[in-house]
Amino acid sequence: MSSDWISFDFGALIDSFWATTFDGLTLGAIYALVALGYTLVYGVLNLINFAHSEVFIAGAFAVVFFLSALGFGPSAPTLPIGMLILDLVLAGIIAMVVSGGTAVLVERIAYKPLRNRGASRLAFLISAIGMSFVLQYIFYEWRGATAEPAVTMFRPKPIFEVFGSIIDSQQLTIFIAAVVMMVCVDQIVQRTKLGRGIRAVAQDPDTATLMGVNKERIIVATFAIGGFLAGAAALFYVMRVPSGVFYMGGFILGIKAFTAAVLGGIGNVRGALLGGLLVGLIGNYGATILGDSQWTDVVIFIVLILVLMIRPNGILGSNLGEARV
Amino acid sequence: MNAEANLTEVAPEREIAVAEGDTLVKVKDLSVVFGGLTALDSVSFDIRRGEILGLIGPNGAGKTTCFNAMTGVYRPSQGSVTLEGNSLLGLKKHRITRLGLARTFQNIRLFGEMTALENVAVGLDARHKSGMISAMFRTPRHYREEKQIITRGMELLEFVGIADRAFDKSKDLPYGYQRRLEIARALATDPKLLCLDEPAAGFNPVEKEELMELIRTVRDEGYTVLIIEHDMKLVMGVTDRIVVLEFGKKIADAVPAAIREDPAVIAAYLGQEEPDGTA
Repeated sequence: MSSDWISFDFGALIDSFWATTFDGLTLGAIYALVALGYTLVYGVLNLINFAHSEVFIAGAFAVVFFLSALGFGPSAPTLPIGMLILDLVLAGIIAMVVSGGTAVLVERIAYKPLRNRGASRLAFLISAIGMSFVLQYIFYEWRGATAEPAVTMFRPKPIFEVFGSIIDSQQLTIFIAAVVMMVCVDQIVQRTKLGRGIRAVAQDPDTATLMGVNKERIIVATFAIGGFLAGAAALFYVMRVPSGVFYMGGFILGIKAFTAAVLGGIGNVRGALLGGLLVGLIGNYGATILGDSQWTDVVIFIVLILVLMIRPNGILGSNLGEARV
Repeated sequence: MNAEANLTEVAPEREIAVAEGDTLVKVKDLSVVFGGLTALDSVSFDIRRGEILGLIGPNGAGKTTCFNAMTGVYRPSQGSVTLEGNSLLGLKKHRITRLGLARTFQNIRLFGEMTALENVAVGLDARHKSGMISAMFRTPRHYREEKQIITRGMELLEFVGIADRAFDKSKDLPYGYQRRLEIARALATDPKLLCLDEPAAGFNPVEKEELMELIRTVRDEGYTVLIIEHDMKLVMGVTDRIVVLEFGKKIADAVPAAIREDPAVIAAYLGQEEPDGTA
């Protein structure tokens, strides 16, 4: 079989269906957190912030540096549970600040000047792609092409068994924390003054400003929220993929998160959650059937294209206010 | 509608620096030029606190341009607009709104995917302090303000008579409700001057009559109103004073009775629609 360039092994998926599913949901939760950043910015500015993947990886670098400084290394530390939780929470906060700061910086440097000059949408797109490359190669020049040394936070322990498959502490932590954060964002968007401002600007920026909404402030807040979520995702990413932090790491994950946002319906907060989980599952199922994780992205994009043929605006629809509000 | 009960409910919530009957807004030598075309040519008029001022003129006379220049949508090429003696020119649009100039739109511009109450809440937010941090951490102040917003928002919806559909998306509301919601949303910003851009467009005579009643009530609550309107009957019936524009210039500024007799105004409308017609 090894000479075949492609082979289908459905038996492998059947054998490990639930394990594949749980792992897919864990990865999907991470994608969803990053996807929210794309979707929020798109909702407010109609702009795909391609530099969001680098906003994410900046947070991942911060997590690795911080935990390394605390003495975390390739093997799991022997710390009292309280200490460990404190360290991880601190790492998460630092990552959120770094990613949030990067996101706001990108906005101020790459987009605000264009907005002030009334640039065309293409100019924003080019600027976004350019900003993504600039950050990528800053990381490259700074850290080289090799991945940062792995940082293991804790050894996953089995928590409980479902359908004969183990759900471990790592999967549970990531999934629950990510979903809680997404519910919080959904509530902020729906039930607070800031959320009303975001929705008002998303629906009609000119009218919003005439009703007293400070559009610039809403835009900065939107980038900051997207950055915070990317920072949280970075912590979970390092937890799940300890040796995945290098200059291209953001691009690889970002493209899946972007796919998730489009799949769910870009501009739609709940769509990002749904899209993220689906991309996580589809990628994992595909890789299991095809027996090689190199196929993961191929499968994800084939599904994306198929879904968009049937529902061009994504599963939940991309109308900014619509499913989101 | 019980006007007496409304009196305490929706009256302006803030201090206004000028006394009743004194100049609240002063438009002086205001000109707007698009390319080579002068859309507004050195127009001056005052708006006095507590009055309903009508701004009329044939199509293309510059009424909406004047509105837009006042609210910061267009940058005038010359002249000044002051509110309580402070210049509004060059300020950001949201600043002008927060200082006390609110408006509605000729073509309805509600946030369609938000409920009626949420639309009003956006206007109310302009007057509240609590920011992003307090919203994120759900401080007590955040809850208090949200509660106030719901109370005041419902009062405003009640006042304009559409509270029964407060929780419907604004795009699903009937046309008349949408027009009234625009007024409620503008009132929510607690304006010192409320600017209505053709609020009766598309209304039948009965609806127009009800709207005139509402506008009078708004004034009686203590608001100052500037109204652009095509319908001469409505303008004559509801305004205290009228400014007439033609080809971007002011041609008259007087009480309705005098405007009706003004030869320049009659000439401006001749060959157009009937002066008291249904334009």
